[in-house]
Amino acid sequence: MSELLELQRRVAAAIMHPLTRNETMPRRRRDGVSNTSEAATYIKPNDRLSSFERLEIYNRQYWFRLYSCFEEDFPGLKAVVGAQKFELLMRDYLTDCPSQSFTLRNLGSRLESWLLEHPEYLDPRRQLVLDMCRLEWAHIEAFDEAENPLLDADDLATIDEHSLLHLQPYLRILELQYPVEDLLIALRSESGSGDASSNNASAARKTRRVRRVAALEPEHIFLAVHRHENSVYYKRLDREDYLLLKALLSGASLGNAIETAFVDSVIPEEDRGRWLQQIFTSWSALGWFTR
Amino acid sequence: MPANRFNGYTDYGVGIGLRIPHYRHILTKKPVVDWFEIISENYMIDGGRPLEVLDKILDQYKVVQHGVSMYFGSASDPDPEHLRRLKQLVKRTRTPWLSDHLCWGSVDGRYTHDLLPMPYTWEAVKVTADRIRHVQDFLEVPVVVENVSSYAEYHVSEMTEWEFLNEVVERADCGILLDVNNIYVSSQNHGFDPFVYVNAVPTQRIAQIHIAGHSKFEKYILDTHDHPVLDPVWELYARTIERTGPTATLLEWDDKIPSFDEVHAEALKANRFLQGAAQPPSEPAKSHELEGVAR
Repeated sequence: MSELLELQRRVAAAIMHPLTRNETMPRRRRDGVSNTSEAATYIKPNDRLSSFERLEIYNRQYWFRLYSCFEEDFPGLKAVVGAQKFELLMRDYLTDCPSQSFTLRNLGSRLESWLLEHPEYLDPRRQLVLDMCRLEWAHIEAFDEAENPLLDADDLATIDEHSLLHLQPYLRILELQYPVEDLLIALRSESGSGDASSNNASAARKTRRVRRVAALEPEHIFLAVHRHENSVYYKRLDREDYLLLKALLSGASLGNAIETAFVDSVIPEEDRGRWLQQIFTSWSALGWFTR
Repeated sequence: MPANRFNGYTDYGVGIGLRIPHYRHILTKKPVVDWFEIISENYMIDGGRPLEVLDKILDQYKVVQHGVSMYFGSASDPDPEHLRRLKQLVKRTRTPWLSDHLCWGSVDGRYTHDLLPMPYTWEAVKVTADRIRHVQDFLEVPVVVENVSSYAEYHVSEMTEWEFLNEVVERADCGILLDVNNIYVSSQNHGFDPFVYVNAVPTQRIAQIHIAGHSKFEKYILDTHDHPVLDPVWELYARTIERTGPTATLLEWDDKIPSFDEVHAEALKANRFLQGAAQPPSEPAKSHELEGVAR
């Protein structure tokens, strides 16, 4: 192994190791390695800082940067698990799943699957936590995924039951057990209320946030997370809408997708033609169908 | 000094970093700005508002790309997806040169998202220069590397930072983005004379200069980019311009970002030095340079 690679592995292991509760570099790592002696082997001290203290600057910078980014991406998750538990969740998730991408945008890409393996962060409101995580990740994806050219009149004229309709890459559809989009909108609106400088206002906001989360009742919903004129929106869907979009996304032909959407549907047969016309008009206007 | 593909940007003047809090001001007021520097990674995406804003900016302004995660000094191979997306963006912006840092930050596919200091060894010179050549060949645009600020030095180092920089850019045949604030920060943290550094850098490779503010703590200085430029940094800038002649200059302000007008006014202070240096670079060496040699 090259000396450069070996050194970089050792420094990275120190920097990416979690901080103590006091946000300092631990004297000893979880695997028993002493950070004091490890730092001294490769970092020069100077007249003001020891080797340990110089390495600690990078250790702290690493975690503060990642925490700040993660908190910005998942404010709803922080509200539903609570601030204290969220701190531990961030530390454990980012320790198990360090960034594997050149961009911090992808920091939360493995969060849902990681949470499923860590029930201690899901209990006691397992489904609410998972739903919020899925919504916030869908929001990140909807914000900057590609927008493909729309179908034109010629394309539309050739559509039949055998057609494969493509949907915008930014469109995400979710089946959720809680109306988490309402909660997230309320939380965002509160945090942007402009009274951040006042401690009283901040405490009141926190109390409102806790009450909102506690009061949230389960509700089986279907949601599209999409982008319109460069803003991300949440649009409630009917069950049939969701099944139709899901089938199209999985590559079903238009005819098969429609058939799937109407399995066990409450929409009377005689109304289905009009229903289809309405949703296709609406989704076309939103620009969801692409070449 | 003969112009080459790195030092020919004498008419670029003073730019500022394109930052989200200023989007609305720039798009509505259309202020006169010599050029904008963008953080490449913020636009290496497939769609959405950032790209729409970028396209509008490109319609009206000169744009130069600056990256933060190429990690030329990392011992592991670069991510092909990163390079593919970067090339896509280079085609979009038609950036005249592309800068990133002389540092490392990823290993074995894991990213620290920090600009970590290099060990100044001959092995690191080779690895870094090879990687810069590879990236430059792939992107088909001049690459310039920026010196980083640092808070740690390694026992294994075999040369000074400026010697390392000089060796790397010669072997890679690339340009330099000289960050005079970073030189000042590192000089205070490591106890060297920053003018020795500035005087040692080959002027014919300096494509661009960064200026920025920093924060002083009890035992070290941190490169925070959240203040106006401090006097010692202006002094280093003046000396650099004295050596290079007019060179594309950019103010970095990335945290506690004030109004667009405040940032721009701070950047334009550089004109005091740029306009005085409209003549060819001064020779023979001035006193600071002699100080450098004497050490």
